[in-house]
Amino acid sequence: MREFWSRFSRNRQAVLGLVILGLVVFVASIANLIYPNDPFLYSRFPLSGPGENGFLLGSDSIGRDVAAGIAHGAKTSLLIGLIATLAAVFIGLVFGAFAGYYGGLVDDILMRVTEVFQTIPSFIFAILLVAIMKPSIESVVIAITVVSWPAVARLVRGEFLSLKNREFVQACHTLGMGDFRIMLAEILPNCLSPIIVIGSLMVATAILVESGLAFLGLGDPNVMSWGFIISDGRSMLRVAWWICTFPGIAILITVLAINLVGEGLNDALNPRLRERS
Amino acid sequence: MQGIPIILAIVVMNFFLLNLAEGDAVDVLAGEAGSATPEYMEEMRKKFGLDKPLTVQLAHYLKNVVQLDLGFSFRHDMQVTELIVDRFWPTLLLMVSTILLAVGFGVLLGLFAAVNLNTWKDAVVSVFALITYATPLFWVGLMMIILFSIKNDWFPTSGMENSAAFYEGFDRIKDIAHHLVLPTITLSLFYLALYTRMMRASMLEQYGQDYVITARAKGVSERRITFVHVLRNALLPVVTMAGVQVGALIGGSVIVESVFAWPGLGMLAFESLFARDLNLLLGIFLLSSALVVAVNLVVDVIYCFLDPRIEVN
Repeated sequence: MREFWSRFSRNRQAVLGLVILGLVVFVASIANLIYPNDPFLYSRFPLSGPGENGFLLGSDSIGRDVAAGIAHGAKTSLLIGLIATLAAVFIGLVFGAFAGYYGGLVDDILMRVTEVFQTIPSFIFAILLVAIMKPSIESVVIAITVVSWPAVARLVRGEFLSLKNREFVQACHTLGMGDFRIMLAEILPNCLSPIIVIGSLMVATAILVESGLAFLGLGDPNVMSWGFIISDGRSMLRVAWWICTFPGIAILITVLAINLVGEGLNDALNPRLRERS
Repeated sequence: MQGIPIILAIVVMNFFLLNLAEGDAVDVLAGEAGSATPEYMEEMRKKFGLDKPLTVQLAHYLKNVVQLDLGFSFRHDMQVTELIVDRFWPTLLLMVSTILLAVGFGVLLGLFAAVNLNTWKDAVVSVFALITYATPLFWVGLMMIILFSIKNDWFPTSGMENSAAFYEGFDRIKDIAHHLVLPTITLSLFYLALYTRMMRASMLEQYGQDYVITARAKGVSERRITFVHVLRNALLPVVTMAGVQVGALIGGSVIVESVFAWPGLGMLAFESLFARDLNLLLGIFLLSSALVVAVNLVVDVIYCFLDPRIEVN
């Protein structure tokens, strides 16, 4: 662990990413303290510029505080990104592990299914799923999960395929261990690092997809999110540039930070790959 | 040929998604009309075959899809196939110009970064790629509109052409090109980042190969090594990537087209969302999936052409 941390902290970009991400998480966690009111609450001051009438980042067409929206939206984005990624990693793990471990017909069937899901243009598929299920937090999470698990499945399958014939696994067979125990307790811990890396990068993609869906009007109408503020402020672009600008910067910074952390994790967990790029 | 089962699976999935949705076409129509008696709705269901068992409906749906009949868009009062074909050309125009711009500049930037490895030039390109990779497309589009259409009146905010001007011939082409600039730049930024990073990595990998050492030992100039030997081999993975990314490009075009009101398939998908026109949305989804399969096939062929060691099977 200490060795991992020293390798991670040597990468300045990754540390910067971690600091920014920490800041975003901090803002999200104190959103209820600094902006205790409902972010949908409108006021008497529509279209105030940044700094006017006590609005740090301005207000929108019906006087909602953009800064409050961003703080509350941070919770939504991080939560959706995290839950969707965890679910996608779980599904990908199950598919990839069975396909890689058992091979043969199981592998064929599972990989054909994965291939279909990988061919489908993912964003349009996500739009379709949310449209059919009606926009809500749950449907957005389900849609993002459904479009992002195939990448994990492929990765895990490859890892299991290369590990299942190694000596330590054969030793486990000789000891009479069951298949599930070998998969969970022996092979899985050995392929955790690429899974952690791909998972961290998937959180960033999930946040981008969520904001895109919310921008198209497919977010949960009762939950504040960054994409919603932007899509709502679009019609006011000519008179109030700040409504669209600041939430976009929030998305950009968050996604960038997560990507930096992900790449730092990659360098720290797979030191052999370091020299290649 | 391995594309056909994939398409078939998507068609079947399409059918079940349509059935999963709350309410059927008749409910939508009745809602549109404002009032409809239950008897009339039953009659309509019979007319559309919605009263038959699910398997019969599926067979019927498959037969229709094979005949390129994707159902009827009640909102536009048109066949879905007809509507999609109508809106396909603007999207194709946008996608082709985006791919050309993104791959072209991506290759150039990646090459530039790899040649100037570990200098400030390389760092600038890398930071640029990192930032564009993390930017949401719709936000870039809106910022472009603020900067280049509202603050400076350089480019139009929306649409594909100025239809009120009735341009013809060359003037019309110029007008469309003028409208095309902002959407193309917006859509290509994300892929530009992707191709830049790939091209850079790919160049560096090729520089480490044995044939480069051989060429150097023969006294080939560094210039020639870079542009003749390494560049050609480094282009291979970028070409494959361009194919793989077509699916993502279609998704991106939904966003960009709805930002710039570009009258293509993406805009149509956006409109169908508001109208709850599921038939249309499913049709667009099916067509874009088929497009991805087709492009992957084409890329396979190009790949063999570029690298004769690989054979098509």
